[in-house]
Amino acid sequence: MSVLKVFVPWGLTTPERRRKAVPFVVVVILSLLYPLFDQAVGLNYIDPMVSILILVLLALGLNIVVGFAGLLDLGYAAFFAIGAYTAAFLTSPASPLPYGTNFWVAMLLSFFVAMLFGVILGVPVLRLHGDYLAIVTLGFGEIVPRIFLNLEDITGGSKGINPIGKPSIFGYTLEPSNPVGWYYLIICVGILSIFLINRMVDSRLGRAWMAMREDEVAAASAGINLMRTKLLAFAMGASFAGFAGSIFASRFQFIDPFRFDFTISVMVLAMVILGGIGNIYGVIFGGIIMASYDRFFAERLTGWFHTVGTATGIDLLTRIDLQNSRLFIFGAALILTMLLRPEGLFPSRRRAAELHVGEEEPEAFAGGQPVLQEQQTLYDVEAERTGERP
Amino acid sequence: MDQLIQTLLFGLSNGFVIALIALGYTLVYGIIQLINFAHGEIYMIGSFMALTVITTAGVSWTDPVGARLVVIVLALMAAMLFAGSINFLVDRVAYRRLRRAPRLAPLITAIGFSFVLQNIGIWWKGARPLQFPALLPPTNILTDWLHLDTTITFSIPMLFVMVVTVPLLLLLRWFVRNTRLGKAMRATAQDRDAAALMGIDVNRTISLTFLLGGLMAGAAGLINGLYNNQVVFNMGFFAGLMAFTAAVLGGIGNLTGAVLGGIFLGLVGALSDSYLQAQWTPAIVFAVLVLVIVFKPSGLLGEQVADRA
Repeated sequence: MSVLKVFVPWGLTTPERRRKAVPFVVVVILSLLYPLFDQAVGLNYIDPMVSILILVLLALGLNIVVGFAGLLDLGYAAFFAIGAYTAAFLTSPASPLPYGTNFWVAMLLSFFVAMLFGVILGVPVLRLHGDYLAIVTLGFGEIVPRIFLNLEDITGGSKGINPIGKPSIFGYTLEPSNPVGWYYLIICVGILSIFLINRMVDSRLGRAWMAMREDEVAAASAGINLMRTKLLAFAMGASFAGFAGSIFASRFQFIDPFRFDFTISVMVLAMVILGGIGNIYGVIFGGIIMASYDRFFAERLTGWFHTVGTATGIDLLTRIDLQNSRLFIFGAALILTMLLRPEGLFPSRRRAAELHVGEEEPEAFAGGQPVLQEQQTLYDVEAERTGERP
Repeated sequence: MDQLIQTLLFGLSNGFVIALIALGYTLVYGIIQLINFAHGEIYMIGSFMALTVITTAGVSWTDPVGARLVVIVLALMAAMLFAGSINFLVDRVAYRRLRRAPRLAPLITAIGFSFVLQNIGIWWKGARPLQFPALLPPTNILTDWLHLDTTITFSIPMLFVMVVTVPLLLLLRWFVRNTRLGKAMRATAQDRDAAALMGIDVNRTISLTFLLGGLMAGAAGLINGLYNNQVVFNMGFFAGLMAFTAAVLGGIGNLTGAVLGGIFLGLVGALSDSYLQAQWTPAIVFAVLVLVIVFKPSGLLGEQVADRA
């Protein structure tokens, strides 16, 4: 079971492992020290930081699917929703299930429920390629929140579910009014996730993902079971979203179906792509940039522009409303990254090499998807379109 | 029975609008294998343009028929040209540079444009749904003109949808099948390199395809505005997905298939609206999308190469 090997402790036995440990340790130290810094300077950014880090957690999960395995998932928010609703059903007095499950149990279960749905969706759709796969996941991502919205008897429909169970450690309950506590909880989950993802990438499974992303046919010829490998990527990605969903639900004590729409899927995708597809530190950094803009700076910058505009009498500045421009920012981030730097700001070296192959020689393969070449015959084009291998 | 006929009539009208949008997807996918995700937003931009023309002209439905008709024709022209040019520009600025990039790169770019255009819609007309002036009288042709004794409504707006859509569909079909440019489109769709070797300007042909798709989406924008009397910045998202489903359903790349697929989805939507609950309609449409792509990705009609553009 290659999956189980992920949990084997991380020995610093080889130079490669020591080299890889450096950014990990840096991230751990920085994130643990941040609240002290925040307090010392008096920034008060801990509260928005919690929302930002939940999105970063999502981006880490999506990176497994899009970055490592090269499968474009446009319905990732569905797994986020499934995780959040699982936690809510299990812990909320408002849910139809008998009340009283511990939050930690619910969190673990939401991990597995999301994973289960990843498998359920994955089995029929993963034989599709590239853009058709993207559209099917998008359809799934739209169906799930609508089901939660329409099944009012169970989910409360648009009224949502409230309250939701809170985590407690040694009799100490983590209240929503305690952002520092939430910050540390998410950091712990995040560090655990980074550790697991690093281990996965270094494992046989991780190498299979990369081989598959670079060339499916060659990977299959080398004995990789494509379906199983893809399914594991999809399920792992989904389970991280489930995790994030349960924390999200408990942190805000309220969920409704409108929090899991397509915008979230695209925002998380933009984080992964902007940060550097396939490189988890790039994704974390890109995620922090995008999410802190969205959850924090858009509002502040608008305020600053208005202040400056009123002070200097420049009418244009007072009319800027950046919160009204979030769609534009996500969209522009995607477009500019694709046009100017398709490998993202901080790419993994291997991924960057893959994305730039096509510039010298036309035989490029990327995203686990053979690029449609002009010399293909009509027969090949048709076979590709019907999802069958020629 | 009356209810069924009524439902089917509503579905047919909606279906024609979906068909117009679906043509844009099928044309572009047929020629460069790109799901032009921003196409639904082109339709939204078209309807905003039509709304601007109509509010600028300041006509309402109390004005004489002649004045209203002139404004409608002007709005149709403006919406079509504007939507067509935006689609053309997006291709020119972004997709063209990604012709040889991995196939997911243009798709992600298209998603980006979909969001950018939605935001432009917000800047242009605000985030709230807007009333589209009802320039067509809600006269029921069956009872008021033909004096039939029936409870079925076939109103002038419904007639208008068909009167504008059907000629456009036929015109596009004729263009692709019978003109030199249409022939160039079909050749490029079959084999881009061979087409280039035969002296076809491939880039110009692809630009033309985007322009044609945009023209159809713009027309759909005006028609939908006059028929449903409401527009909103994110209406293109769902309409676009419905139209894409229609295009896949009819066999992507197949013009006739896209039209039939659009009508089929319009009917499915209307039946679900009246026999299930309207709130389930989007879920059902998405389920159709998922099922068709998973089980029959070549579409119900399959691909007719001779008709492919």
